[in-house]
Amino acid sequence: MGMKFVVLVVIVLAVIAVAQIMRVYELSSKLRGKREEELSLKTNNINASLMLVFLLIFFGSFFYMLFAYGRGMLPNAASEIGQDIDWLYNVNWVIVIFVFLSTNTLLFVFSWKYAYDPNRRAHWFPHDNRLEMIWTIIPAGALAVIIILGLMTWNEITGEPSDDAQIVEIYAKQFDWTARYSGDDNKLGYSDYKLLGTFEDSESGKSYSNALGVVSHNSINWRVKGINNEIAELKETIEKEANNELAFSEARVNQMITKVEKLERIRERVLDMVGMYDDSVVKFADDDYMATELFLVKDQEYYFVLRSQDVLHSAYFPHFRAQMNCVPGQRTTLRVKPIYTTQEMREITGNPDFNYILMCNKICGVSHSNMKMAVTVGTQEEFDEWRYTDGITSMALPDTISAPSNLNMERMKMPEAAHHGDHGDDHHSDDHGHENGGH
Amino acid sequence: MSAAAHTDHGHHKESFITKYLFSQDHKMIGKQFLVTAIFMAIVAVILSILFRIQLAWPGESNSVLSFFLGDTWAPDGVLDRGMYLGLVTIHGTIMVFFVLTGGLSGTFSNLLIPLQIGARDMASGLLNMISYWLFFLSSILMLYSLFLETGPASAGWTIYPPLSVYEEAIPGSGAGMTMWLTSMTIFIASSLIGSLNYIVTVLNLRTTGLKMTRLPLTIWAFFVTAIIGVLSFPVLVSAVVLMLMDRGLGTSFYVNDTIINGEILEQSGGSPILYEHLFWFLGHPEVYIVLLPALGLTSEIISTNARKPIFGYRAMIGSILAIAFLSFIVWGHHMFVSGMNPFLGGVFVFTTLLIAIPSAVKVFNYITTLWKGNIRFTPAMLFSIGLVSSFITGGVTGIILADSALDIAVHDTYFVVAHFHVVMGLSAIFGMFAGIYHWFPKMYGRMMNSKLGMVHFWLTLVSAYGVFFPMHFVGIGGAPRRYYDYSVYELFDSNQFQMIMDLNVVISIFAIVGGLAQIIFLFNFFYSASKGQKAVQNPWKGNTLEWTTPVEHVHGNWPGELPVVHRWPYDYSKPGAEEDYIPQTVPLAPGEEDH
Ligand code: HEM
Ligand SMILES: [Cu+2]
Ligand SMILES: [Cu+2]
Repeated sequence: MGMKFVVLVVIVLAVIAVAQIMRVYELSSKLRGKREEELSLKTNNINASLMLVFLLIFFGSFFYMLFAYGRGMLPNAASEIGQDIDWLYNVNWVIVIFVFLSTNTLLFVFSWKYAYDPNRRAHWFPHDNRLEMIWTIIPAGALAVIIILGLMTWNEITGEPSDDAQIVEIYAKQFDWTARYSGDDNKLGYSDYKLLGTFEDSESGKSYSNALGVVSHNSINWRVKGINNEIAELKETIEKEANNELAFSEARVNQMITKVEKLERIRERVLDMVGMYDDSVVKFADDDYMATELFLVKDQEYYFVLRSQDVLHSAYFPHFRAQMNCVPGQRTTLRVKPIYTTQEMREITGNPDFNYILMCNKICGVSHSNMKMAVTVGTQEEFDEWRYTDGITSMALPDTISAPSNLNMERMKMPEAAHHGDHGDDHHSDDHGHENGGH
Repeated sequence: MSAAAHTDHGHHKESFITKYLFSQDHKMIGKQFLVTAIFMAIVAVILSILFRIQLAWPGESNSVLSFFLGDTWAPDGVLDRGMYLGLVTIHGTIMVFFVLTGGLSGTFSNLLIPLQIGARDMASGLLNMISYWLFFLSSILMLYSLFLETGPASAGWTIYPPLSVYEEAIPGSGAGMTMWLTSMTIFIASSLIGSLNYIVTVLNLRTTGLKMTRLPLTIWAFFVTAIIGVLSFPVLVSAVVLMLMDRGLGTSFYVNDTIINGEILEQSGGSPILYEHLFWFLGHPEVYIVLLPALGLTSEIISTNARKPIFGYRAMIGSILAIAFLSFIVWGHHMFVSGMNPFLGGVFVFTTLLIAIPSAVKVFNYITTLWKGNIRFTPAMLFSIGLVSSFITGGVTGIILADSALDIAVHDTYFVVAHFHVVMGLSAIFGMFAGIYHWFPKMYGRMMNSKLGMVHFWLTLVSAYGVFFPMHFVGIGGAPRRYYDYSVYELFDSNQFQMIMDLNVVISIFAIVGGLAQIIFLFNFFYSASKGQKAVQNPWKGNTLEWTTPVEHVHGNWPGELPVVHRWPYDYSKPGAEEDYIPQTVPLAPGEEDH
């Protein structure tokens, strides 16, 4: 129904517009003989008055919207930093709205007041150094205040997390989020995109899904076996094709050959990982657990470590006033300390259905607008309860399987250092994630 | 200066082809840019109305959508999700590059530089012609990409990788993106050739007496814009070429450790952030490439129609130069939440907020120019006043965004969309309209209907603010941009969902009204071009040199000798003078002060 109404409005407006064109056009052709550039005093004055009328309507609707929608109907910030941000907003709004109102007023009032008058001559006033100094220095002063306050808040926001901040990984992919809690040791297990996947072992009949590419000795075994299987299957198909058992196009076969080559190269890179992580590092993953929703404890500081599997995403918590992009192949971080539980927020907003949310705020594909994760803030007790509910999987550590034959013993030797080398995912991020076990 | 070289102009006969198609005359080329840009703008407006329909009435069947998009992209009259992103992307690209860069600079730099500096033509007519035809070609390619089977580029006008690299990530990153990249590369070539030509012309072909300190502010603006373009567009070319290599040759400049659609990719070691830096190194100067010409045009128009010298001429030049310089060191403000080093973020906060100072100086100078003026509200003047208003409104939200701590909360929301539309969609577009109304007699030798112009202005001003003002509130409420719909809001806050939906309906209705209002302009433009009242030589009683040329175009602009300049262009209402204007060609009276 709404649609039909709008279509109707549009049609009516279109007709009015066209009629207006015709009418004005007729009017002006009647007046032909009068030059287009010579505006009659009356026309000029109408425009002058419209300047004032517009100003009033403009400001009127501004105040109406300010009153009706305020902070876009967002409730008070629900995080510690968010409150500082809101305070800074208010200071800035005062300055900026003052400038907006006063300069727009001057503009439209002058336009109205100094409308053409045949008996007056414009005032010759080409420049005035003193005035120009004034309106260079005053904005500069105001901006100095804005800059100083802004940078102070910025430094606070981006500062190091405190020692008792909980580390939680937020992992983005088209088009959902996964959270990984770092467990009792508050250290995330290492991860590498090359290990990611779901694998089956035909010998033992076991299977293992490594959704976040977490590193462990066994997950490397699984991955290599997985690749071995994939390659074997492909090769078999190619062989069959060579024996004319299948009727694939040449392009398809070439595609498969390319794929085999690629998998072999990736396998080589996975094999390089063997021995790069010793037990002291691998064990970080042991107590990690994953969830597809985020449960946070009130007044607990969190240090989110963000990763992405595919394209850019952005973790956006409007109620915490917090946002950070998720960049493939890189780690970014975000500090949040919620200060109201979901329940408290429901009371504050007077909305019994209120919930926190994590949205994706960087265009990431066709279903970008559906990429979200539910967020709950509760007490420690509630969290402990939640922690052991069904949806929360512990890291599902891989079962031990026999090492694939192509893991030769030479490679298995542990080097001294726990980690070194250039395996993309882990060691080139020099961000704060490092010290705190942000791996 | 090199006047003699051109005196044979105007003698040889021109065929239809050399006059209208492959013209090397700057006036004709300016008009070609303008008409092409108007066409592109119509397309871009229609695209925006299509996605505004979806935003206001999500999921409802709509015959307008079926009509324009057919069953492929609007099955049952409901906009396809992928196509929604395609529309947004191409709308933005066309508006920023094809309308406000090619259209604005291309039209007015071409038309006005030779006319206002007293030159017979551009330094190189041939390059100028090539510049237009490259622009034309790139426009065709960009439009053609809308008809591709897999859809046009759909990664947003900023085409951030890896989304723009892999067609498995989004269908638009297949052929559509290839077309986008090709089109933009050609576009940039056009823009560079044009800019070099403008720079050389301004530096070398000014007529006798026209010192740089006597140049109209229009020319200063075009000149500086061209310099910004020459320094920044090449960086976009590199960005685009690197992307083409990542897409086609398996290099990893921008990509790292990705798994797309379950398929593990080998590319490793690059960074999408590198692309963001390259893109915004052009992207920010680009916003001033868009705005400065508009400011230049309105400086001239406001002074002429207030019958007053522009206040603080030298300060105006100074602020153009300051803005140009600063525009190169602020790009990081688009990347506050990209994971960039926070210290670097702080530096960008500082440089960005500095830009507000020269911007404020410009605004105050405009306002002072109006003070005690004698204002004639021609349509051009109306649009210029509209420009100043929207420049204030959009400038102050820029200050909010420049504060990194605040930007975190609204980055990539409709607040940003509102901000840049107020400065581009209002200010820069208003500047373009103002320029068209004001210099129409120089382009077509006829006048546009001023009453229609006024109706057009007031409808446009109200509907444009009606679209973009509420958008700030949607954005502050945390509504992300580039969302197909806001159904996620229903899940967590029904009140807010309601607010967004209400405002979205208001916005879309204003968008439709504003779009329709442009029919008045189109009618006025095309009707007046052929049937409008014949113009007189100097209809607005202006001082600049273009008003000393004959109404009918001649090759070489002035039939006889080139004019000689004796004064600055802003001697309006000078005490002691008979008339309220003194053209630049009038010698200083004995004892009269140069400005
Ligand atoms: C006082 C002057 C200005 C300041 C301080 C300013 C500041 C900013 C900032 C900080 C952003 C990034 C916001 C974000 O993405 O979160 C931004 C975005 C933008 N600004 Fe401005 N701005 C100013 C004037 C202008 C002008 C004059 C234009 C164009 C004519 C403009 C066009 C844009 C555009 C196109 C974007 C967003 C592009 C995108 O993300 O798609 N700005 N501005
Ligand atoms: Cu996403
Ligand atoms: Cu910028």
